[in-house]
Amino acid sequence: MPTNVVQIVVFAILTLMTLGGGLGVVSSRNLFHGALFLVLSFAGVVGYYVLLDAGFLAAVQLLIYIGAIAILILFAIMLSRGLMSQRQSQRNEQWWIALLVVVLTFVVLAVVLWQVDWPVASDQALASPSVAISQLGQELLGPYVIPFEVASVLLLVALVGAVILARETET
Amino acid sequence: MDAIVLWLTSLFPQMAVPTARLIVHIVYAAILSFVAPVVLVVAFTYMERKVIARIQDRVGPNRAGPLGMLQGFADAIKMLTKEDITPAGADRIVYNLAPGLAVIGVVLVFAVLPVAPGVIGTDLSIGILYVVAVGGIGTMAVLMAGWSSNNKYALLSAFRVVAQLVAYEIPMVIAIIIVVLTAGSMRMGDIIAAQNVPFLFTLPVAFFIFFVANIAEIGRSPFDLLEAESEIIAGFHVEYSGMKFAFFFIGEYMHLFVSAGIATTLFLGGWRGPGASEASILGALLGFVYFLAKTVLLIFAMMWVRGTFPRFRIDHLLDFGWKFLVPVGLLTLVAVALVLKLPFLSSPVLQWVGLLVANVAVIVVALAAVSLAARRTRSVALRSVAGAER
Amino acid sequence: MVLSDFTFVGILILVAVLLPIVGLGLAWLIRPKKPNPIKQSTYECGIETIGDTWVQFKAQYYIYALVFVVFDIEAVFLLPWAVAYHQLPLYALVEAVILIAILVLALVYTWRKGALRWS
Repeated sequence: MPTNVVQIVVFAILTLMTLGGGLGVVSSRNLFHGALFLVLSFAGVVGYYVLLDAGFLAAVQLLIYIGAIAILILFAIMLSRGLMSQRQSQRNEQWWIALLVVVLTFVVLAVVLWQVDWPVASDQALASPSVAISQLGQELLGPYVIPFEVASVLLLVALVGAVILARETET
Repeated sequence: MDAIVLWLTSLFPQMAVPTARLIVHIVYAAILSFVAPVVLVVAFTYMERKVIARIQDRVGPNRAGPLGMLQGFADAIKMLTKEDITPAGADRIVYNLAPGLAVIGVVLVFAVLPVAPGVIGTDLSIGILYVVAVGGIGTMAVLMAGWSSNNKYALLSAFRVVAQLVAYEIPMVIAIIIVVLTAGSMRMGDIIAAQNVPFLFTLPVAFFIFFVANIAEIGRSPFDLLEAESEIIAGFHVEYSGMKFAFFFIGEYMHLFVSAGIATTLFLGGWRGPGASEASILGALLGFVYFLAKTVLLIFAMMWVRGTFPRFRIDHLLDFGWKFLVPVGLLTLVAVALVLKLPFLSSPVLQWVGLLVANVAVIVVALAAVSLAARRTRSVALRSVAGAER
Repeated sequence: MVLSDFTFVGILILVAVLLPIVGLGLAWLIRPKKPNPIKQSTYECGIETIGDTWVQFKAQYYIYALVFVVFDIEAVFLLPWAVAYHQLPLYALVEAVILIAILVLALVYTWRKGALRWS
């Protein structure tokens, strides 16, 4: 089997996972199932990163999105009163607004995809993945050091906010 | 692996190298997913029962086969022939997916475990990060099992497990960062190559944190709150029976082995030892023996811990993770980073000594802080008792 | 047809999926199948289980999960730094120490607020 065919088959499976998972999230009546579908969707994205030879990003996606954020979402569902067993209704009276927003977003994304001339990296740039991680570290602490530090401040703020909110509701 | 590929192509001259590599990969994958579970589970359940029995002054299994060595096979047959019960209220699909996911998540970790010189599924550049990331699949399986069983004990246990896994993943990652910092790479091969002196001797604090966090991640005693029999019976898998239960069990023992294997790779120099090399078959075999010996030694240490420590209470467990291991880990990380950049520690030997000194300093500081905190809580407790009497 | 280093991971996933299928299939062939309502009732120390399982749990668990997410993301930021550390100049240490200090600040804050106390 030539490489291309394998790649296309894998890509098709991943797309099925990602889009099918996304469809499952919005269509399943049980919230826990919805969250599990979300995990499936995240797993598809992990696969995309692997196909793009971005091993570090794939591992981070798996670690953060499936290993941490999905668990947080599952906890949130399990800890919310009455969300666990009750089967939620799938729509409310604002469905047409949502539809409008979705269509608009799709149009904007499609236009952007169409208009922008995406630069394709030459093969040399992807020479060695372990060099890439080292480069990433050097870039993060060199030109991009401000975003690097600001990100951690952002996380600190998020944590403070979360602790305050959670404490208040408990007392 | 490459040597086997070469040998295959020399044996069948018309075979292309990629085809040979594909065959070798498939065979190795089959070994990891079918042979390894059986061998590891049979061997280590037997070892565990014997070791724990000896610690408790018992004999342990001694009926099935010589010295009871066939006990594991007897258990396997029992599991296979047990009826499979699905509780009436369970969420069937999720309930049936969870055991499979639990075992697949562990098998995937084996892909980056260097078991002998040149024998590793794939030496990823993100090696050790891959191990941590794939570990998340097991957490997901536990939550799925606990939720779908429709059993209060199972759900409660799943919550506890996840809180515990989550609390001990951070110290584990910090210990890993310390190793990566020293080795300068996340690739397993590079980490082994960097250990002219095993990191156990230069980074003892990181090893301690990693070892403890690993025991907690596997959910073994003294961190076995997930199956505190007196509180929640058997844990998240109460409702599972027969082969589905067996898969959780297999997953646990494979996890035991693979964690000890990873710890060996990160801190004990992996397969390294006198005479071990990639160059010859004998050297590779010798490397495999070293790897196995070190790993079994670590597993024995874990069993020893299990046999001697009482179970933690959940608040103590979380406190130990968040309020002791995490700060100590961060302190060690900064200390190690500092030592690596000190200009006068130019030769490797000086650097090793410097790392060791930094680690010992961290131990001293940590112990002093703990004893100070203990004294304070004790005096607060005494004062409140005195106040109550007055 | 070597796509990348991850080819083996893909092969391993495909083969490992067979393990539960084969195992459960084998057990399905030889195990007894005699379900009855008592056997399938939810286990609860010999008494009938009362009420719904899927009830609300302590919010405490959620805070621990939140703190975990924050620390996990910070750790991911530190990994490329650790890999590149040998090639980085001295100021990289200072930058990382600032990051770790912010992390410690987060820990101290949650600790002080009692969010890490199990009540």
